[in-house]
Parts: sequence; structure tokens; C-alpha cells
Amino acid sequence: MSDTIQDRVIAIIAEQAVLEPGDVNLDQTLEDLGIDSLGLVESIFAIEEAFDISVPFNANDPKDSEFDISSVASIIRAVEGLVADQAA
Amino acid sequence: MKRIVITGQGTINALGRNVPETLRAMREGKCGISDLEFQDVDRLSIRIGAQVKGYEAEETFNRQQIALYDRFTQFTLIAAREAITQSGLAFSGELSARSGVVLGTSGGGMNTLDENYRSVYEEGKNRVHPFVVPKLMNNAAASHVSMEWNLKGPSFTVATACASSNHAMGQAMQMIRAGMADVMITGGSEAMLCFGGIKAWEGLRVMSKDACRPFSANRNGMVQGEGSAVFVFEEYEHARARGAEILAEVVGFAMTSDAADIVMPSKQGASRAITGAMRDACMNPEEVTYINAHGTGTAANDKTECAAVADAFGHHADDLMISSTKSMHGHLIGGTGAVELLACIMALREGVIAPTIGYEESDPECALDVVPNVARDVKVDAVLSNAFAFGGLNAVLALRTF
Repeated sequence: MSDTIQDRVIAIIAEQAVLEPGDVNLDQTLEDLGIDSLGLVESIFAIEEAFDISVPFNANDPKDSEFDISSVASIIRAVEGLVADQAA
Repeated sequence: MKRIVITGQGTINALGRNVPETLRAMREGKCGISDLEFQDVDRLSIRIGAQVKGYEAEETFNRQQIALYDRFTQFTLIAAREAITQSGLAFSGELSARSGVVLGTSGGGMNTLDENYRSVYEEGKNRVHPFVVPKLMNNAAASHVSMEWNLKGPSFTVATACASSNHAMGQAMQMIRAGMADVMITGGSEAMLCFGGIKAWEGLRVMSKDACRPFSANRNGMVQGEGSAVFVFEEYEHARARGAEILAEVVGFAMTSDAADIVMPSKQGASRAITGAMRDACMNPEEVTYINAHGTGTAANDKTECAAVADAFGHHADDLMISSTKSMHGHLIGGTGAVELLACIMALREGVIAPTIGYEESDPECALDVVPNVARDVKVDAVLSNAFAFGGLNAVLALRTF
């Protein structure tokens, strides 16, 4: 698989937002993209399946979760971290 | 319009094997939540729940019965026996024809499903026990209650997720009120604490890994429980004529639908159900001194519920008590409203308000008197019991002392 983690995460988010990957910007929030709480939980599930990782996220307290969902860029960073941890 | 009184109550849940044990635990603010024990629990990320520990079906039921009774049916029959024994009723002839059963459950025979899916999918077996269907069906518990006690009137099962029991008890009440039945056995049951039951809930990411802390600022989700509570609802003149002991009067019920979101609660939908129950009961908001909250311990429910109570009661919201006993017995999903009605009846009969335990930090979005951590002695004459289900289906009951 030649796609970078960034490309693959953006593809997952774009699919959830019903957008083209090219229309998703790194500084956007999920809210900007029109992704609600159910869409978020579904995106995280898709990320876990795509990368075979376990994402520490509790919908009751998104801000306090170790997984930073404040923007597209932060989600990519968090996924990169989890993938690196798994490889280590 | 006919009046409805409660003449019997029974239960089994993580706090106790019967009503006295359960009420004692509620008074003491005991927590029934602990490490879950069942097959494959090590494959779960959520490993706590309010489980009925040390329960052996063989102590109560024979081999043939166990072959037919899923855990949720067993719990129902245990609770029903306590309730009907207390009522002193025996059903035959005309009374039998005018008595029925309406129970709530969300998952029905989840353990039966889980065990048999495991057997055919994981173990690759091609044959299942012949009673799988009658054991897992949602109406199995209601049907076995009808058979055990010869109840031949209106009987069915209500499944509205976390509001199932309240909807069931509301139906039972309305049937007596309308003259369709003289006695209704009602309440609910759930036994979802199995690998598949918890695994499904994990997916939503609303469960807590450590504790249920309703209304507390540091709450981080719900914790599931299991068990059952069953009540005898009886037409007042019928109960009076036979000199029955009356535990409380069921005076109002309302149900609403949010028509908005499949999981997120709505302040308006909840508030309309609360107001509707008081209107149905001809009860002034100022009379209500205690509400048994839905209080799941999720971020969304607790703040929405507090906003709904503030909306329905105005200034009086600051004067009433609202506690979530789920902090002790967990969230019994389709059975939860029934176990919570026990706390309402305790408030009315004994003047003891069960606490919200696990409360650590005040939340400005839940700024009501949630009876934190310690039970309180207060004379109470009118109470409400809230249930707000996924799918936006709300059901609120109103009770008075008799």
C-alpha cells in the first residue's frame, strides 16, 4: 500500500463527510466537515479497521481522550503515533 | 376513571436477591458494580458491570425449566414470585381472565443468542438445541409468567430500549384505568451481560471503564447492569375489597418521541414527557419532591435530563431531589425503569431517598440536588420516574403515597 497514513485518514474522513479527499483540509474540524457524533464514532471504527489499531476514545469526554480529534491534522498525527507505537 | 395501586413488588439485581436486600443496599449507598465474569471477558475493553454474582439457576429451577428459561426469563420469574406472593393474589376463574402481563426487555434472550452463535459460528457446530427460539424470544418472560400464574388477560412485551420497563408499566396502568383488566403483572428484565452484549455496546464508545458517576463533572459513561423487577398493579376497588396492603398509587404516565436523533437525547422530548406525566396525574409541579432520574452517567444524557427538569419545573427544579440509582445497580437497559421504581416506592413508603453514589465533582450543567453519595430521610408524597431511550422514546411515570 503506497498511500501515506495522511492520505488514508483523509480518505476515511472524506467518505464520512461525503466529500472528495481533495476537499478536506488539514486545519478543518470534524464539525466544519459536517461530521456529527455518530459520524465520528464511525470514522474511528474505520480508522481502527484500516490500520489494525485500537483508538483510545470515549465519546463522553472527547476533549479528555488521549486521541486528539480537534482537527483533521491532529487526527492524522494521533493515528501516526498509534501506528508507530504498534510497530515499536 | 379507575385508580391503580401497587400491591406487590419483587426483584433480583446486583444489589440484592429480593426487595428488602435491594432497598437496604440503596439506603446504604452500596455499589453493585464490579468485574464482569463470563466467557471471553478478556477480549473486551469494558470489563465492569452490575452483575448478579454467585447466581446458580439450579437453586431455583429444574433441568427442564433451565432448558427453556433464558437468564432474563429466570430473573423475571424470581421477581414475579416475590411480587405476587406479597400481593396475596391467586388467579382463577374470572380474575384469571381479567389479569395479564406486560413486561419490558430490550435484548430478550441475549445469553441464549450469544451461546448459540458461538456454538455454530466459532465452534462450527451444525446443530442447536431445539428450544433456542422459544428461549430467546423477547416475549418468553411474559409468557412464562402468564403460564406460571394462570394469567389469561392482555399479555405482551414492550421493547423500547432503555425505556422498555416504563413503557410496559405505563401500558399496564392504562389497561387497568380503561377497565380492560383488574390486575396487571408488570415491570421488566434484562440479562445482556455476555460477550456479545457488551461487545456491541463498546462500539458506541459511551461505556465507562471504571465507574458510573451520574451528574458528576468527571462522569465518563454508563455501566450496564442485569436483573429484573416486577410489580402487581391492581385496580383500587379490587384491592380495597380484599383488604390488600397498598404500597403506592400509580397516578400518571406520559410518553413522547423526540423525532430527532437515533442516539442523542432531546431536552424538549424529555421535558414534554415529564410535564405530560404530571398533567395525566393532575399533579402540580410543586408537589413533586423526588425524581428517579434516567441518569445514565453519559455526558449527553445527564446534562440534557437536568435541562429538561429545569424546563419542566422552572424554579421548583432547585427545590426537588433527583437521584440516579444506576450508580448502584447499573443500567439494566430494558429492565432499568422497573428496578428504579423500587427506589420511588421506597421514597414514598419509607421517606428514604436513594442516593446518587460515585458523585465526586459538581457540574454546572447538572446543577440540581442529586442527593450525592448518602441517602436522605425526607417525607415524600409525589414522585416521578424518568426513562429516555435511544431512538428518542421517552416514558415518565408519576406515583403518590396512598
